Amino acid sequence: MKEIKGTLPKALTIFLIFTVVCGIFYTGIVTVAAQLIFPDKANGSMIEVDGKKYGSELLGQQYTDDAHMWGRIMNLDISTYKDENGNMLMYASPSNLSPASGKYKELVAERAEKLKTANPDMDGTAVPVDLVTCSGSGLDPHISPAAAEYQVARIAKANNMTEDAVREMIDKCKKGRFLGIFGEETVNVLEVNLMLDGILKN
Amino acid sequence: MMTVIQYILYLAILILLAVPLGNYIKKVMNGEKTFLSKILTPCENLIYKMLKTDREEQMTWKKYAVSVLIFSGIGLVFLFLLQLLQGVLPGNPQGLPGVRWDLAFNTSASFVTNTNWQAYSGESTLSYLTQALGLTVQNFVSAATGIAVLFAMIRGFVKVKETGLGSFWVDMTRIVIHILIPLNLVIALLLVGGGVIQNLKGAEKVALAEPVAVSAEGDILEEAVIDTEAGTVMMDGVLLPDAEIITEQFVPMGPAASQVAIKQSGTNGGGFMGVNSAHPLENPNAFTNLVEMLSILLIPAALCFTFGKAVKNKKQGIAIFMAMFICLVIALGIIAFNEQMATPQLAQDGTINISMINQAGGNMEGKETRFGIAASSTWAAFTTAASNGSVNSMHDSYTPIGGMVTMLMMQLGEVIFGGTGCGLYGMLAFAILTVFIAGLMVGRTPEFLGKKIEPYEMKWAVLVCLATPIGILVGSGIAAVVPSVMDSLNNEGAHGFSELLYAYSSAGGNNGSAFAGFNANTVFLNVSIGLVMLFVRFLPVIGTLAIAGNLAQKKKIAATAGTLSTTNAMFVFLLIFIVLLIGALSFFPALALGPLAEFFGSIT
Repeated sequence: MKEIKGTLPKALTIFLIFTVVCGIFYTGIVTVAAQLIFPDKANGSMIEVDGKKYGSELLGQQYTDDAHMWGRIMNLDISTYKDENGNMLMYASPSNLSPASGKYKELVAERAEKLKTANPDMDGTAVPVDLVTCSGSGLDPHISPAAAEYQVARIAKANNMTEDAVREMIDKCKKGRFLGIFGEETVNVLEVNLMLDGILKN
Repeated sequence: MMTVIQYILYLAILILLAVPLGNYIKKVMNGEKTFLSKILTPCENLIYKMLKTDREEQMTWKKYAVSVLIFSGIGLVFLFLLQLLQGVLPGNPQGLPGVRWDLAFNTSASFVTNTNWQAYSGESTLSYLTQALGLTVQNFVSAATGIAVLFAMIRGFVKVKETGLGSFWVDMTRIVIHILIPLNLVIALLLVGGGVIQNLKGAEKVALAEPVAVSAEGDILEEAVIDTEAGTVMMDGVLLPDAEIITEQFVPMGPAASQVAIKQSGTNGGGFMGVNSAHPLENPNAFTNLVEMLSILLIPAALCFTFGKAVKNKKQGIAIFMAMFICLVIALGIIAFNEQMATPQLAQDGTINISMINQAGGNMEGKETRFGIAASSTWAAFTTAASNGSVNSMHDSYTPIGGMVTMLMMQLGEVIFGGTGCGLYGMLAFAILTVFIAGLMVGRTPEFLGKKIEPYEMKWAVLVCLATPIGILVGSGIAAVVPSVMDSLNNEGAHGFSELLYAYSSAGGNNGSAFAGFNANTVFLNVSIGLVMLFVRFLPVIGTLAIAGNLAQKKKIAATAGTLSTTNAMFVFLLIFIVLLIGALSFFPALALGPLAEFFGSIT
């Protein structure tokens, strides 16, 4: 009991000190430094053209138009977030489905069928796995180069462009591995689509 | 080929950074001069002044334990109240309401015990004030507490015929000021530079390239034709007057990078966002992923070398490191292989391209394109080896065997590196168990680092080692017979059971990762999982300190030809064997019902 009595005031004091040091000083220093050195990145990497925010280059959206490039399968969440006027806002979450169940098998078969119908030129080519799976965040902004290539013929036809012109756009939105080794090659789907729509000028 | 190099480099960079950091931590522990002393020591002294504490104080193990418990208790109560009251407190631009009591209890227990299990989704539940003043602070101090208890245990081995184990207040101050703050300032700035958000603004919204139509019942109408100008939705040529059109996307904001840094390096794991480091604003690319992933194991790996240096037996530190490292590499190998092979349900007899040409290939369900299989599998192995629990891919969607390995890593008691400090003192309890069993086999008195291991140490070591299996098996056993838990499952059959088992394994290992389809936000689950986390954190803390207190009083016996070596390959093998033996015996039946059953079901 005596030990507890002597310990309590010290424990309270040091807890307060750490709350100030780690909660306020540390968070404050990082925030100020971030806003000074990397203002763009610290604020969500928005794509802004003429004052309008066309999206964040880091957040995926859902595309179903033949003239747009399609991204990862999205599991849309339209009920969690609303703006100040009560309008629904789009967000998304991962599926958390097991990839080893019978139900999953049917789901993937259905998605593959839809892609094959939409991309008749790719008959006989296996569907890249990125296009039939939901991502880890549910908001993956990228697909693999293989998944982009699979859609080139469809996008070209729907936009009256040559396939090479589409490939050129894709190349501009492609990022390699970090230091050539870490991570994977990616294509940013929103950037491709904003270029196709003429909003983003190369 | 590139993929294999990636795996090797992840492991190599880790060792390269851990060795010097281990050296630095040893200096901090003993109060020696470091290259940062000039700036940091004045801050340290200021804290002692405010605290009116004697820096030379030598606490008995009981006093040390009482200090740990009271300090953690204050953290628990503070964080609980902060969540209940966040609705009326400032720092809440989203105007979020107070958190329900059971969720608030669960989250407090979770962060105080360094588990950081998330039954909530950060961006929709917690205000910035709660995140910074509550969670970030606990991220720091719960990690520091683990390291402090390890320091006390090291002193138990080093000291001869003494009763003191050092001062908890001095240890905490040194760890926070000299190790955690400078390390995390660096990590946080690297992360912002890589694209992680860090601001105090409210959430934003941006335009959607393609609007989404929603029926009056709340269903998404994929095939609808939308005219945004007129605001009409047509479906199969019919006008739907009640349908709504969504034209904007929600973009979460907030002070993420500062919290992400410490949640990685302090083996906490509680993400700023609900989907943790899979979220592109929390982990935007391969560079930030590399920084975050290495941070997971950095301190736990470094502490092995700290231990070796501090007990003046570098080989002992290396032997323990090797035992952990070998287990990690084996686990990583199994996970990576299974994820790359994917499942027959996904491959569809070749209809789906799961090759590695121009893509990561493999089981991409629940994985991000920018991370692919290699960076996702490595993270999964690291985060469940360390009791970190952050994720950059959804473990719920792993292949049955890949998912099982992550679960097993937690069930082994989080001693394959484990949490900051607690992983190593857990492993040292296993080492004590190992010398005892080895001693029985060859008929020698068991001793470890020159200290005789006697019944008192053995009793506590057994409790430390069995806390996790007891917590997991009792917890999941009770949950499995509570009918309402069925509603929380996201998958059917064996995989559903795996979700339940994973939840309690995560709590019982103080890990915090999840098979995230499992809805853990119910009163029963919040409370029971919260209690498991507290039990498996504080019983081993008390046991470890008791062992340390008793060892410190003993005399040191010189090593003779008859002493069993605890630094050679034989000992490393025995240690791994004992860890696996206890884990496998405890959990094989449960694993057979979950992931193993699912695996055999999936290949037929």
